[in-house]
Amino acid sequence: PSPHPFPSRCVFPSQDIRNTVGNIPMEWYQDFPHVGYDLDGRRIFKPLRSKDELDLFLEKMENPEYWRTVQDPQTGADVRLSEEQLELVRRLQRGHFGDVNFNPYEPAVDFFSHEVRIHPVTNRPADKRSFIPSLVEKEKVSKLVHAIKMGWIQPRKPKENVPTFYDLWAQEDPNSILGRHKMHVPAPKIPLPGHAESYNPPPEFLLSPEEELSWEQQEPSERRLNFLPRRFRSLRAVPAYPRFIHERFERCLDLYLCPRQRKMRVNVDPEDLIPKLPKPRDLQPFPTTQALIYRGHSSLVRTLSVSPSGQWLVSGSDDGTLRFWEVISARCLRTVPVGSAVKSVAWNPNPNVCLVAAAVEEQVLLLNPGLGDRLLVAGTDQLLDSWEAPQEQRVQPVRWIPASPEERATGIRLRVQHDKPVTQVTWHAKGDYWASVLRNPGGRQVLIHQSSRRWSQDPFRKSPGMIQCVQFHPIRPYFLVASQRSVRIYNLLRQELTKKLQSNCQWISSMAVHPGGDNVICGSYDSKLAWFDLDLSTRPYRLLRHHRRALRAVSFHRRYPLFASASDDGTVIVCHGMVYNDLLQNALLVPLKVLKGHAPTLDLGVLDVAFHPQQPWLFSSGADGTVRLYT
Amino acid sequence: RLCILKGIYPHEPKHKKKVNKGSTAPRTFYLLKDIKFLLHEPIVNKFREYKVFVRKLRKAYGKSEWGTVERLKDNKPTYKLDHIVKERYPTFIDALRDLDDALSMCFLFSTFPRTGKCHVQTIQLCRRLAVEFQNYVIASRSLRKVFLSIKGIYYQAEVLGQPITWITPYTFSHDHPTDVDYRVMATFTEFYTTLLGFVNFRLYQSLNLLYPPKIDSQAEDELKPAEGKEYAMDSESYLERLSALSASLARAVAPTHEDEVEMDEFPVEGETAELMDAKKKEQEALEKHKKLFEGLRFFLNREVPREPLAFVIRCFGGQVSWDKSLCIGATYDATDPSITHHIIDRPRVDKQVVGRYYLQPQWVFDSVNAKLCLPVADYFPGLLLPPHLSPFVTEKEGDYVPPEKLKLLALQRGENPDEESEEEEEEEEEEEGDNDKEEEEEEDESEKEEEMKLQKMEEQKTQSNKVLPVKVTAGKVRVEDKQRLEQEQQSEEKRLAIMMMKKREKYLYKKIMFGKKRKIREANKLAEKRKAHDAALKEQKKKSKKAQQV
Repeated sequence: PSPHPFPSRCVFPSQDIRNTVGNIPMEWYQDFPHVGYDLDGRRIFKPLRSKDELDLFLEKMENPEYWRTVQDPQTGADVRLSEEQLELVRRLQRGHFGDVNFNPYEPAVDFFSHEVRIHPVTNRPADKRSFIPSLVEKEKVSKLVHAIKMGWIQPRKPKENVPTFYDLWAQEDPNSILGRHKMHVPAPKIPLPGHAESYNPPPEFLLSPEEELSWEQQEPSERRLNFLPRRFRSLRAVPAYPRFIHERFERCLDLYLCPRQRKMRVNVDPEDLIPKLPKPRDLQPFPTTQALIYRGHSSLVRTLSVSPSGQWLVSGSDDGTLRFWEVISARCLRTVPVGSAVKSVAWNPNPNVCLVAAAVEEQVLLLNPGLGDRLLVAGTDQLLDSWEAPQEQRVQPVRWIPASPEERATGIRLRVQHDKPVTQVTWHAKGDYWASVLRNPGGRQVLIHQSSRRWSQDPFRKSPGMIQCVQFHPIRPYFLVASQRSVRIYNLLRQELTKKLQSNCQWISSMAVHPGGDNVICGSYDSKLAWFDLDLSTRPYRLLRHHRRALRAVSFHRRYPLFASASDDGTVIVCHGMVYNDLLQNALLVPLKVLKGHAPTLDLGVLDVAFHPQQPWLFSSGADGTVRLYT
Repeated sequence: RLCILKGIYPHEPKHKKKVNKGSTAPRTFYLLKDIKFLLHEPIVNKFREYKVFVRKLRKAYGKSEWGTVERLKDNKPTYKLDHIVKERYPTFIDALRDLDDALSMCFLFSTFPRTGKCHVQTIQLCRRLAVEFQNYVIASRSLRKVFLSIKGIYYQAEVLGQPITWITPYTFSHDHPTDVDYRVMATFTEFYTTLLGFVNFRLYQSLNLLYPPKIDSQAEDELKPAEGKEYAMDSESYLERLSALSASLARAVAPTHEDEVEMDEFPVEGETAELMDAKKKEQEALEKHKKLFEGLRFFLNREVPREPLAFVIRCFGGQVSWDKSLCIGATYDATDPSITHHIIDRPRVDKQVVGRYYLQPQWVFDSVNAKLCLPVADYFPGLLLPPHLSPFVTEKEGDYVPPEKLKLLALQRGENPDEESEEEEEEEEEEEGDNDKEEEEEEDESEKEEEMKLQKMEEQKTQSNKVLPVKVTAGKVRVEDKQRLEQEQQSEEKRLAIMMMKKREKYLYKKIMFGKKRKIREANKLAEKRKAHDAALKEQKKKSKKAQQV
C-alpha cells in the first residue's frame, strides 16, 4: 500500500476544529444558532446566513469559484475544494480507484495450484481420516448397493434410438383380423354440412326473426340445426366459431360413451305397405249415397228397427215418442207417445206377425202398429188376444198387463212391467220369444219372454257381470250375451255355456250375429270393432280400428255380405264381410264406404244403424234427431 | 381412458328387457367379451407403472430428495400405442377410413396456445403431423372439396379411394370453455397422433417421399436467401418452412415422368365398354380437376387467411406467394409481373397492377368445388359475393335446389346461362313495367264494374223484397269432371285400404309419409322464401333505377 496522498490535516482543515457531537443527523441542530461543540466544550456557531435568493443568485453569477464551493455540514462553513480534491472527485465519478498509484490488475499469484510444491502451504499435519477410508461414504455406498440389489433403484436405461413412426402395416395380413372386428360397429361419420352452414349461404337458408326466436327457445337437443345460419359479406368478417371445441368434445364423448347398434333402415316403398284389397267397385252393391232423411223427432233418436217386409220403419227417440215411417216416402205414418225416452225398439222378424217391442223405462211395450196387410194386423191381434190365463198361477219375474182401451187405440197391446229399467229388447228369429236386458248390476239382468203364452223366465242362476246386450242366434238355439269385455254363448236347449269369446276391448257396446251364424261382430266404446269367427278361435279374427270415436251400433245385412258400424264421430262405415263356406278360407273384410251425414251433437254421433232386409240400403239414426237412409 | 384407447364402446342390446332383467331403465351395456379383452392388455401394466412413478416422484419432491427426483425422472416409464393401432386397424384402409376424427382433432390441437390445457409436446406433435398430412395432400393432389362454413373450413380429400373429411377452425385464439374435459380430449389426441403418424409414414412411402419430410433441395436453395438470419432456431424454422406449404418435397427416388403408366386397354364389348367409357371420362375429369390451377400464379394479400388458401391453391397445381414479412416461405414479390391472380379481401384496391385479376378468396374455393375456373366478374373486390354453396350436398329428386346450384350445373355442362337470364330479366322488367300500368288500369275498371254490380244487386234486392217474396233462380249445370272424380275415387280407395292396414304397418306407413311430407314442406318453404327475397331485391332495384332516373 502506498502512503496516503493527502494528509487528513491538509484535506479537511475544518476537521481540526473537532465538532464533538459525533455522527448524528445535523438537522437536529437546524433550529439552533450553533452546530455543535469544540474540544473545549464551546459552541461552534453557524456562520451568518443572511443571504436571500437574490444574493445567492448574484454570488452564483459573480463568484467564479462558486462551482467548487461546498458547504461543510459539520461546521456550516463554505469550503473551496482544492485541485487535488477535485481530481479525486473526478476519479470517483469515473469509477476509478481514489488512489492514483493503486494498480488493480496486478499479476495473480496462485498459492493453491495444481503444481506440487516441495513445501506444504500450511504448516498443519495431515489428519488421520485422510489415510483411512470414510465410514460415512461406506454407509452411503452400502445403502445404494442394497437398494440396487433389492431393485429399489433401477439403473438408467439406455436411450432407445428407435424411430417413433415406421411402416406399421408392412405385413398386412387380412386373416389376422380378430373376431372382435366382426362384431365391430364402426362409428358413424359426422354428417356433412349443408348449404345452411356456409358463411355466405343463399338467402333462403337464413332464418327469419320468428324462426330464430323459436330456435332459441328450443332445447339444444331438439334443434334441427345446431347453429344459427349467418351471412358474412366477406371471408375477412367471419369470426371464430365459439362452440368448436364443444363440438369436438361432444364427438369424443359420442365415440366412447354412446351405445352403438346396427339399425336396419326400413327401405320400403310406402305404397307397398298398403294391402292389396279388391276394389270397392267390384264389391257392389252397397249403400253409397244418402237418399232420404226422416225428420220429425225433436230429440236424439236412440234406436230404430225395420219391418221384415222392408216397407216400414220404427224409430224411438228421447222425446218420448215412437214414430212409424214409410221407408219409400219418408212419411211419418204414426206417432205413438209413450211418455218417456225409448231405449230400444225391435220389430218382430216373423213376417206373419205385425208386432213391435219397445223398451220404455221399466216397461216393454208390445205394439201392433196396424200397418200393412189388414189380415196380418188382425191376425196379430187375434194371436195376442187368444191367450187364456192358465189354471195355476206361476210366479213370474214380470207382470203382463193388457193395455187399456185408450192405449189400444194408439196401438199398444201389452205392457210388460219389469222391476228395473229396460235397456234392450230383441226378438228371436221365429218371432215368439223375445229377450229383454235390465239395468240391474249384480241382480237379475236378462229375461226371456214368450209373447204367445205371456210367460217370462230368468235364464241365469247367477249374473255373468254387467250385461251390455244380448242376441238370439239366427239358426241354432244359442243365446249370446255380451258383458263388458267378453261375449258368452249359451246353449238354450242343454242349458250350458258353450263358448266364451274374449273381445280384447275395454267395453263392448253392441253386437251383431252374421245370418250364417258362424261370425259375430262386436263394437266397443274404445272405437274398435272385433270380428269373431266362431269356428276359428275365441279371440277376434280381426280387430278393426276404423272409427275415431266410440262405436254405438253394429249391424249385419241379412242377404248381402255387408256389415255396418255407427260411431260417435258421426260416420257410418260400411264394410264388405264375405264369409266362405270353405272352412279353410278366412273371412274377407274390406271397408267399402264411409257414410257421413249425421251432425254430431252433444258429443254423440250416430246412435243406431240397421240394414234393409232385402235391399242394400242402410238406415241410421243420429243424435241430431234424424233418421237417414243411404242407398 | 383404456376404453378410449382401445376403442371400446357400449352396445345397444337387441332385447333390452332381457338383458336388463326385466326393467327398461336406461343403462349402458358393454359386451362381456370386450371387457375381458381389456383385462389382458399389456398397456394396463404400463399404466400402473406410471401411476407408481408419479407417486414416487411426489414423495421425493415432498422430501426434497433432488437426487432421487433426477433418478426417477431419468427412468420415467413410457408406453407405446403402436400395437393398439395395429390391433384396431388391421389393414391400412381401415385406418384411412377412421382418419376423419383424427385429423379434425389434430388440427384443433395444433391451434391451441402452448400454455396450460395440455402438454406443449402434444401441441407441437399435432402441428407437425397436420403439416405433414397437408404436404402429403399437396404432393398427391388428392384434395377434392373445400367448404367455408361458419364453424370452420371443411376439406375433403380422396386418399386411396377413401374420402377423408376434416374440419379446421378459423385461426383465432380459442376462448376455452370450462365445461369441457380436456383430459378426455388429450387421451383421444394421444391415440390419434400415433395413428396419424403411422398413416403419414405409410402415405409418404407410397409416394416415394422422404419421411420425416424434407423440402426439395432445389426449392430449398430458392428459399434460403429469402429468409435466413431473421429466424432463430433452425429446427423450428424448418417446420415453419414446411408449414408454409410453398415448396415441394424431396423424394427418396427421383421422380420419373413415365411413372404414370397409361392404362392398358382391353377389348371389351357392350355395356362394359360403355361403363369403361364412363369411367375413362370420369378419370379424365379428375385429372383435369387436379390441374385446375396449373400455370396460374397467385399472390395473397396480407388480410387473406394464408394457410388454407395456400394449401388449396398448391393442391391444384397453382403457384402461390405472399408478402415477405407475413410469413416465411414467400417465393415472389407482389410486384412480380407474372402474377395472374391477386387474392384480396378488402373493399377496394389502392393501386392496381395491369395484367392480373384482383379477386376475393371465395373465388378459389368456389372454383375448386365447381371443378372449373369460374368467371371472375362476380368476385371482384367490393362486390356482393354470390352465395357459397356446400359441395357436400347432392340434391335428390324432390329436394330443394337453390338457383345458384342450377346455374353452376349449367356452367359445368358448358352452357352459359348468365347472358340468357340477364336478357330475360331485362325483358321481364320491361314487361313488368308495361304490365303494371295495364294492371292499374284494369284494376280501376274492374273496381268500377264491381261497384256497378253491387248497386244493381242492391236495387234488385230492394225490388224483389217489395214485389216478390220468392225468387226462382236458374239451376246451374253441374259439370262433372271425370278426371277429378276418378282421382277422388282412387284417393278414397286408398284411404279405405289404409284403414285395413295392420297396426305396425300403419305406424310405419304414417312415419314414412310424415317424413316425406315434412321434406316437401321444407323444400316449399325454402322456395317461397327465395321467391320473396328475389321479389324484394327486384323491387329495390327498380326503386333505385327510378331514383336514378329522377
